[in-house]
Amino acid sequence: MRYNALQVLKEGLFGNRGWKPVWRNPEPKAEYDIVIIGGGGHGLSTAYYLAKNHGLKNIAVLEKGYLGGGNVGRNTTIVRANYFLPGNSEFYSHSLKLWEGMEQDLNYNAMHSQRGLINLFHSDGQRDAFARRGNAMINQGDDAVLLDRDGVREYLPYLDFDNVRFPIYGGLLHPRGGSARHDAVAWGYARGADQRGVDLIQNCEVTGIDIENGKVRGVQTSRGAIRAKKVAIVVAGRSGQVAAMAGMRLPIESHVLQAFVTEGLKPCIDHVVSFGMGHFYISQSDKGGLVFGGDLDFYSSYASRGNLPMKEHVMEAAMTLMPMIGKARVLRSWGGIMDMTPDGSPIIDKTDTQGLYIDCGWCYGGFKAVPGSGYSFAHLIATDQHHEPAAKFRLDRFRSGAGLMDEEGTGSQHNLH
Amino acid sequence: MRLTCPLCGDRDRREFYYQGEAVMLERPAPDAGAEAWDAYLHLRDNAAGETQDLWFHEAGCGSWLKVTRNTVTHEVIQTELVAK
Repeated sequence: MRYNALQVLKEGLFGNRGWKPVWRNPEPKAEYDIVIIGGGGHGLSTAYYLAKNHGLKNIAVLEKGYLGGGNVGRNTTIVRANYFLPGNSEFYSHSLKLWEGMEQDLNYNAMHSQRGLINLFHSDGQRDAFARRGNAMINQGDDAVLLDRDGVREYLPYLDFDNVRFPIYGGLLHPRGGSARHDAVAWGYARGADQRGVDLIQNCEVTGIDIENGKVRGVQTSRGAIRAKKVAIVVAGRSGQVAAMAGMRLPIESHVLQAFVTEGLKPCIDHVVSFGMGHFYISQSDKGGLVFGGDLDFYSSYASRGNLPMKEHVMEAAMTLMPMIGKARVLRSWGGIMDMTPDGSPIIDKTDTQGLYIDCGWCYGGFKAVPGSGYSFAHLIATDQHHEPAAKFRLDRFRSGAGLMDEEGTGSQHNLH
Repeated sequence: MRLTCPLCGDRDRREFYYQGEAVMLERPAPDAGAEAWDAYLHLRDNAAGETQDLWFHEAGCGSWLKVTRNTVTHEVIQTELVAK
């Protein structure tokens, strides 16, 4: 069933009784060509592109909870391609292009809104760094505009420009950056994958990975054993536990990142604003809530909740940047589990086990990567060749030291990103 | 979260700097090879549950602490000085 405007109008007139579930709820078969562990954004987009780009049909996505119930439903929904280093740059550029065609491709409204993203700077040195980053973005074929103080004032008149500690010198505008409706992205890919014959199996926890003579044979699950020729691990947040089933240790530490949303307000923040010096960023959702977040709590955690000091820090940064926000009331806060790699860049690679692939380590930037990650990971699984835009996301770069992508320039070591 | 420093007592989490898993105490020999150094620097058990990690009492006595902690509940089970 394709969605169209006439259908929405008709359903509206007749009490919306004609809508049907958009994906099946199949029983797992005994064997698949490809089993994808993890029914989040990346797993669902991987399944979709395996079916669409590579014509593969016999695929299952195994999800221990419900589709899109993990980090794809817990993030702050920013979509951007403002990376600097080769490796990251071409990947996120490719991902943003996929975002721009995704809704037509999926026939699904993901409410992708390219409202522009502004990274603020507060010193001459920071201006130079952002000018350089902007040039790198333009070289990649993406867009960047260096705004001076008055330029920022036109977009964001409500900021405290003369703050004593962090006076605003200007900002780097990324016009094609923006946000999207996070759940809809997962649902859109799920629907698209299901329509192409992928079995989406929920409430099916993988409890073991079967390996014989260095080759993957299938998985053990809470709903029985499933044989598979290829198995893909896409479980950011739980990568370490699932990889351990295949005898692997990963260069990943799990950290908690908190996010916050206020009660719904009239439109007041029209862009995505990033205040790097305060580790703070904010946008306004289409429902009206101000969605914002800060930095990691900076200790390993699977608690899905953070501590008070970081909450206090985020509120202080918000008040420093935009004092008007003090009138808003915070509705709720939550924490997501981040796969943190030593260099802050992700991993899309084969493993030492034949037929076993892994996509993990998205740190706190996985949402904008959903289309690109699925596209490139599907390419790797289907062809056993790295997809060009993601070819530098190698698992062995930490062991060899070659090809580390430390975007922040802080060092390739746990606890620095 | 609060940590009990053996020297300073029950203190606010903000006084401490988090280093990472206590595997950092087991430094390989310089010639141990790439695999051993990769395991030391990068690879982690990353347990969901009980784990041991290193914290530096930065805004306190300056001691390094080995903390036994539950990463799922944030319960702090034991803290001890690294230097005995």
